[in-house]
Amino acid sequence: MAAKVVTITSGKGGVGKTTAVANIAVGLAADGQRVVCIDGDVGLRNLDVVMGLENRIVYDLVDVIEGRCRLRQAMIRDRHLHGLYLIPAAQTRDKSAVSPSDMVRLCDELRAECDWILIDSPAGIERGFRNAIAPADEVIVITNPEVSAVRDADRVIGLLEAEEKGSPSLIINRLNPGMVRRHDMLSVDDVLDLLAVRLVGVVPEDEDVIVSTNRGVPVALDVKSKAGKAFRNIARRLRGEDVPFEDLDGGGFWERLTRLGRK
Amino acid sequence: MDEVSPLIQIKGLRDGLLVTMVADTWDRAREALLERIDSQRDFFRGARLALDVGTHVLHVDDLVSLRDLLSDRGVLLWAVLGESPTTERTAQLLGLATRISRPRPQEAVGREIAAMLDEESALWVRRTLRSGTRVEFPGNVVIVGDVNPGAEVIAGGSVMVWGRLRGVVHAGAGGDTTAFVCALDLSPTQLRIASEIVVPATRRGRPRPEMAFLRDGRLSVEPWRPG
Repeated sequence: MAAKVVTITSGKGGVGKTTAVANIAVGLAADGQRVVCIDGDVGLRNLDVVMGLENRIVYDLVDVIEGRCRLRQAMIRDRHLHGLYLIPAAQTRDKSAVSPSDMVRLCDELRAECDWILIDSPAGIERGFRNAIAPADEVIVITNPEVSAVRDADRVIGLLEAEEKGSPSLIINRLNPGMVRRHDMLSVDDVLDLLAVRLVGVVPEDEDVIVSTNRGVPVALDVKSKAGKAFRNIARRLRGEDVPFEDLDGGGFWERLTRLGRK
Repeated sequence: MDEVSPLIQIKGLRDGLLVTMVADTWDRAREALLERIDSQRDFFRGARLALDVGTHVLHVDDLVSLRDLLSDRGVLLWAVLGESPTTERTAQLLGLATRISRPRPQEAVGREIAAMLDEESALWVRRTLRSGTRVEFPGNVVIVGDVNPGAEVIAGGSVMVWGRLRGVVHAGAGGDTTAFVCALDLSPTQLRIASEIVVPATRRGRPRPEMAFLRDGRLSVEPWRPG
């Protein structure tokens, strides 16, 4: 079976791309899917740390592309889940070591080996971003409910549409329901109103995420965590399941969903 | 540093290389450029290219494939200059620059388009302008879709938005004080007509169609009633 290539990107840095990749991958792998994560952030790698695999890196993405090792040798098996692998980025090189067609070739080679390929895109809209989206079958844009992050997400969505990558889907990360209720934070509705794309998940702000990131154990493994549940639900929605959205910010969001239902 | 070849010309600029595509077809110009780069790999590695494509009309596929081919060779496509509005729009959509600091002898072309326009015609834009997009046109502009914050519309004539206008809009950019701006929801980041600039106050209550125009040299906003 041929894998589906999903790239997660944002424009703005620090909105949670890497966390999302690690946790969606865990969500998919926990359901028995075979998943390969690729860290596309050459020069500033993180995904290995978030997944707790930093000390096992021998070969990396650039080694594969430049032919210093076979693809299999650069795939690091996860500590917790079978069928979950990471191809880490090189830390000592920069984005120009990889080209969009290298990424397409690499993913084509991987497709036969797994069900999902998740690519963690670097921030920005330059070379690294283009490398990350080149092989994508589907792109997920992640944003925080903040004006600056939403503005960058809008720009990225415009670029993706221009490249005929199709309309991306959206994850809103770090939503604080209390602040939304007090009108101190953009609501899901406000964000969707501007971006007008399909929503695949809303992840609440959750201290567990920081703790788990530092420990290198993705929060999706924690059954009690709200953010972990939201990420697992995103994984299920990617597989085509119809999972209802968690009620996070009270009225507005639900009204919108029922409105959509009536259309 | 000037080099001449029958199909392309390459010239050094302060911030990169300017390649003028002289060939009669786009494919030939592209092949000539790639051949030249392949024959002088070290010279071109890490270079920033601005392409002057002249009258070639380029679509997204053309520019994306060229950009990736250049990228494979370690060359960054930075700007695309062209006379066709389609090409310019494509380049803008892809986030490429469409002008460089060197003034282009292009004003004449702009004037030609302007001469073909009258009050009865307009540029028709049937999509939402997202952040980072810029639409520039010497005549009237009609947008069916939203203008998001971070997008810009610069028109010589009037601007009509069948949607929400939340970006920056400049009507009458050439000094036409009779130009107006109307939108189903007129909440721009900044609104300019001719040389007048206003930053509208934040709206209270439900949006309604509104029109902004100059009255006695001052910007005023009224409910929009077509006719």
